[in-house]
Amino acid sequence: MSKTIPDASLKKHHRLDQLFRHATRFFAFLVLALLGGILVSLLAGSVPSVRTFGFGFFASAEWNPVTEQFGALVPIVGTLTTSAIALLIGIPVSFGIALFLTELSPIWLRRPLGTAIELLAAIPSIIYGMWGLFVFAPVFSTYVQPALKGALGSIPLVGILFQGPPLGIGVLTAGIILSIMVIPFIASVMRDVFAVVPAVLKESAYALGSTTWEVVWNVVLPYTKIGVVGGVMLGLGRALGETMAVTFVIGNAHRLSASLMEPGNSIASALANEFTEAVGDLYLSALIELGLILFLITFVVLALSKLLLMRLARGEGQKT
Amino acid sequence: MSLYTRRLLINHFNLTVSLLTMLFGLFWLGWILVTLFDAGFGGLSPKLFLQMTPPPGSDGGLWNAIMGSLLMDAAGTLLGTPIGIMAGIYLAEFGSRGWLAPVTRFINDILLSAPSIVIGLFIYEAYVIRVGHFSAWAGTMALALIVIPVVIRTTENMLRLVPDSLREAAAALGAPRWKVITLVTVRAAKAGIITGILLAVARISGETAPLLFTALNNQFWTSNMNSPMANLPVVIFQFAMSPYEDWHRLAWAGALLITLGVLLLNILARVFFRNRTATY
Repeated sequence: MSKTIPDASLKKHHRLDQLFRHATRFFAFLVLALLGGILVSLLAGSVPSVRTFGFGFFASAEWNPVTEQFGALVPIVGTLTTSAIALLIGIPVSFGIALFLTELSPIWLRRPLGTAIELLAAIPSIIYGMWGLFVFAPVFSTYVQPALKGALGSIPLVGILFQGPPLGIGVLTAGIILSIMVIPFIASVMRDVFAVVPAVLKESAYALGSTTWEVVWNVVLPYTKIGVVGGVMLGLGRALGETMAVTFVIGNAHRLSASLMEPGNSIASALANEFTEAVGDLYLSALIELGLILFLITFVVLALSKLLLMRLARGEGQKT
Repeated sequence: MSLYTRRLLINHFNLTVSLLTMLFGLFWLGWILVTLFDAGFGGLSPKLFLQMTPPPGSDGGLWNAIMGSLLMDAAGTLLGTPIGIMAGIYLAEFGSRGWLAPVTRFINDILLSAPSIVIGLFIYEAYVIRVGHFSAWAGTMALALIVIPVVIRTTENMLRLVPDSLREAAAALGAPRWKVITLVTVRAAKAGIITGILLAVARISGETAPLLFTALNNQFWTSNMNSPMANLPVVIFQFAMSPYEDWHRLAWAGALLITLGVLLLNILARVFFRNRTATY
């Protein structure tokens, strides 16, 4: 007793297969179209500004909606400075957390502690902003800023960074809050890459008499350095584009100042604050060009991060 | 000091520092949560869910903002999820050959971390300018664009965890490819995919930046998706930046609501996924 499948049915399913494959392919293609769309629309939107200001846009610290003179220097510097502060604090702390989670913590505590750190990333950025403005900034200006100024303000060169009245808000505050926000991203990448180090390598080092710290510093870190840099880049990408938290605490002043205690501006916070109120095509276009610059910077940083992490993943199969 | 003592001391010192960094991380989480409960709990009352956002100086609630947020988050998820799942299926099931899959995977990972304010700018340029006004649809689109990469990522990862023997078994029984995928692999990866959707919802419910130039805000409740719509994050932003005391109180209450919702979704997603994978 044999049963054959009719040709028509086979053909039908073959057609459905093709249809299904092409449908999913179309949606995958949509993602690329999306990126293209973002780039094209931002490019098109910034044409008037590019025509008027040219490359001078990057060098000018002027931002005057009344005379329609716009320059991107202040927000670009602000974005880079706050992100740099965030990494300066975030990298060592994330390393410590990853080290604690992979080597020190009792097994039963690993999951809850890891989740708690990941929840830091889940808190919406507007909450960080509100908390930063109403809770952190007052504490910071009363206790920390005067202390910083007293300790570092009189040292030549470094002292310049800590001048000005302790307002609580400003570039330094924004950088510190950003550092809290990037810690979960960097720490979880570091934890994941630390976990792929073959146990044999670590055990060999222990067998030779290494301390835990020496194992981590001389075996784990060199083995995973590409992944660690990838994680740092991911954190940097997050920090550069972070909007609401920075908007609340950076002070939104279009002024270039050497001191980190002074209010400043970042690309994202300039957009958040001014975009809906921007009147005039040139003003709008200048803001869109700022957005384009931000997108390009983060694109490069995130692409680099992804490439590094991919290289680590590829290497994993070869080395044993 | 002998070499051994020195190494031992360095070891102990650094491990202590590592413990301290862990506490440092938890300290901020604790401080933020304590602040939220402290400042927001007093504002939680039935009024919050029954009355509209007030003008400064008078009493009110957040009803229109809560409803607007729920509506736009739901619409954004509904719009973004199918696109994300389909693209994720392509990457996991058909993506072994050709250039499209690796490139898409790469770009998707970048979009996953791209600044959300740029997404808002894009929708503004591509949609809001064209129709000439802010609208809830624009907000929905911006949120959907944030949902898509998250869902693609988790869908692909979860489908890849499904053992190939399952696909081969289904194929050996004569099932065509589309049936194998929809009835076997996607079903096997269901728990993981749902986790991804939950995480995407958590992500967009706190997003403020992309809604600023798309949905804007509205003092009143409207169900018209073609007009500006109130939503919790933008209302919180506006109220917190204002000088009015009672607006601040509402902003804190709203902030507590959002954070509780987002944390709950995150924990739910984790618990849900862990339970399902344990039995699998």
